[in-house]
Amino acid sequence: MAEVVLNGVGKVYPDGTRAVTDLNLTIADGEFLVLVGPSGCGKTTALRMVAGLEDISEGEVRIGDRVVNHVPSRDRDLAMVFQSYALYPHLSVRDNIGFGLSLRKMPKDEIHRRVEEAARVLGLTDHLDRKPRNLSGGQRQRVAMGRAIVREPQAFLMDEPLSNLDAKMRVQTRAEIARLQRDLGVTTIYVTHDQTEAMTLGDRVAVMKKGQLQQVAPPQELYDRPANLFVAGFIGSPAMNLVQGTFAGDADDPRVEIGGQSLALPDKVLSERPALGDYFGRNVVVGIRPEDMEDATLVDAPEGTTLTSTAELVEAMGSDVLVHFAVEAAQVVTEDTKELARDAGTDVLGALEAPRTVLVGRFSPRTRVRVGDPVTTRVDTGRLHFFDIDTGAAIWGTDAAPSGRNEE
Amino acid sequence: MSTAERTDEMGAVDTAKLQTVTASGAPRRGLAARLVARIGGGAAQALLALVALFWLIPTFGLLVVSLRSNSDNNAGGWWQVFTKPSQLTVDSYQNLLGKADFVDSFWNTVAITVPSTVLVVVIASLAGYAFAWLEFPGRDWLFLLVVALLVVPVQVALLPVAELYGKVDFGGFQMMGSITGVVLFHVAFGLPFAIFLLRNFFAGIPRDLLEAARMDGGSEWTIFRRVVFPLGGPAIASLGIFQFLWVWNDLLVSLVFADTDAQPMTKWLQSQMRQFAGNIDILAPGAFLSLLIPLAVFFAFQRYFVQGVLAGSVK
Repeated sequence: MAEVVLNGVGKVYPDGTRAVTDLNLTIADGEFLVLVGPSGCGKTTALRMVAGLEDISEGEVRIGDRVVNHVPSRDRDLAMVFQSYALYPHLSVRDNIGFGLSLRKMPKDEIHRRVEEAARVLGLTDHLDRKPRNLSGGQRQRVAMGRAIVREPQAFLMDEPLSNLDAKMRVQTRAEIARLQRDLGVTTIYVTHDQTEAMTLGDRVAVMKKGQLQQVAPPQELYDRPANLFVAGFIGSPAMNLVQGTFAGDADDPRVEIGGQSLALPDKVLSERPALGDYFGRNVVVGIRPEDMEDATLVDAPEGTTLTSTAELVEAMGSDVLVHFAVEAAQVVTEDTKELARDAGTDVLGALEAPRTVLVGRFSPRTRVRVGDPVTTRVDTGRLHFFDIDTGAAIWGTDAAPSGRNEE
Repeated sequence: MSTAERTDEMGAVDTAKLQTVTASGAPRRGLAARLVARIGGGAAQALLALVALFWLIPTFGLLVVSLRSNSDNNAGGWWQVFTKPSQLTVDSYQNLLGKADFVDSFWNTVAITVPSTVLVVVIASLAGYAFAWLEFPGRDWLFLLVVALLVVPVQVALLPVAELYGKVDFGGFQMMGSITGVVLFHVAFGLPFAIFLLRNFFAGIPRDLLEAARMDGGSEWTIFRRVVFPLGGPAIASLGIFQFLWVWNDLLVSLVFADTDAQPMTKWLQSQMRQFAGNIDILAPGAFLSLLIPLAVFFAFQRYFVQGVLAGSVK
């Protein structure tokens, strides 16, 4: 078990394509770090560089005290779980799990002991003599895990290990991976495009976009204090509503205007974000989490904390109700939101005839709102997020900046 | 492999077949598809058996001829044996096996075929792996060259190679006429196809598998030996059988390159042909004996042709 350090790591392919840029990460001994981002963001490339399956173009990768840039995969003492599981089809489950050990010339009885132990932990004891083709998807996944854990490596690398499982199996296996990693205490780097997996598994989560690290933080911090528009939009489901607004009023009565409606901000908003003082009278991006909205008829809704509109779509989820409604404020069209839209498979409409943005609120199931009804939404104005409209960076104080791109 | 596993695989194959049939017969099951379904079991198989029987008649005739005396063969056709089973005798075989030059030629065939096959399989699987999975400069161009060699017919190379064998001094060793010369020629002309076949098969192995082996601590050599070679089993086995049959049955190359001491059975049999006499009591048993070994090889390895080893490795 060891610390894994990426220091200014970059990847440029021979044809000039840049996959990863100046990646700095320190994964502490025993830490579970999740690399998350939309497809093509370079997370898998980064993982493969740590694994030694991909040459490192720039910077260095350290495992423990050793710079491994030029160490071949087999000598890095890492174990990897592949998206496809990559089980050896001609070997039994037992031989699959023990393959790495037998290559290391470990005594037969020691291999036997370790394989039996791993199989017991993973519930594979009854399947040890079967071939991979006779196993279910979940069992194959566990064999792949078993192959990693018997090695007792310096670190685990996992490349979307759950993406080939069906939804139910995925939740179950996710919990199993979390438990295993905690019990074994092995440093783990886990790549996924699923933000739920990232949030539930990671001690810390690193969000990447187009080869660049956006933010590294524990899941809750990522959710509470996203460093920029991209992280804000990527973490959380349903995604944070992003809308253009004007920061108005004065230091005693800060307000934000959204499509002709005004929200009064509590004092703590300014005190928590000293930098926001420079934005009076300017356009900003306002981020509102669906969870921070509620049907105003169900809660206490003082003046200046509500938005009124018409419900365009009502989705009852059982535990809560998602209500879509539009406000007459301009959409946020930046490089970040385009990237988010591309990931979600939707298009950002450019300039419309009239400024219009659809917001999604997560209401209590007690709401009586139906499609077409007028809806008044209570917004928790203390939990709004503000971003610079040009740079997309979150507006905080200079010294209170959240952990940003370069962590030390 | 247990029976359950096997039926499982067969089931998968059948479904795949069915899907293609229905796909071609869409939108509704066409007349042809229904006909096939109706007669597929019994009649089609009976037809196949009939064709197979028809094809086997000459070989069977050869066997019977080889088991009759020369005078009986001259007196009438081999089918007379059905009415006179007493004609059957192994005299021809005893006579043939007593001939030292025939026995020598049998061992020459073995001495030519075995190394030609083993060398081709070993070299081609190593080269196939390199062409499929190792990065080295000029790899694609080299592979293109190998593929281009596929179109060179053996015949155009006979004379140049014969001249080369005659000219080049192999430390006093006479390449022309030797078994080594014949083997070298077979290996050289077997390799392009063998490399082409194995490279394409190996390239179909999922990259993840090789990377997993690399992470597990395998060197290139270990990966080749413990992952690629076993997975390549069916392709390697079928290549081995083909190469073995080609070389075993070859007459042309040995006619040109083998002298009397190095001649294989085919060349010896050819030398026994007479212009005006049948000489059938030598040719028939000789031909039949030369047929037995390839048959045995085929039946020993034929199961590799149909084994789908890759099932279940990656999903």
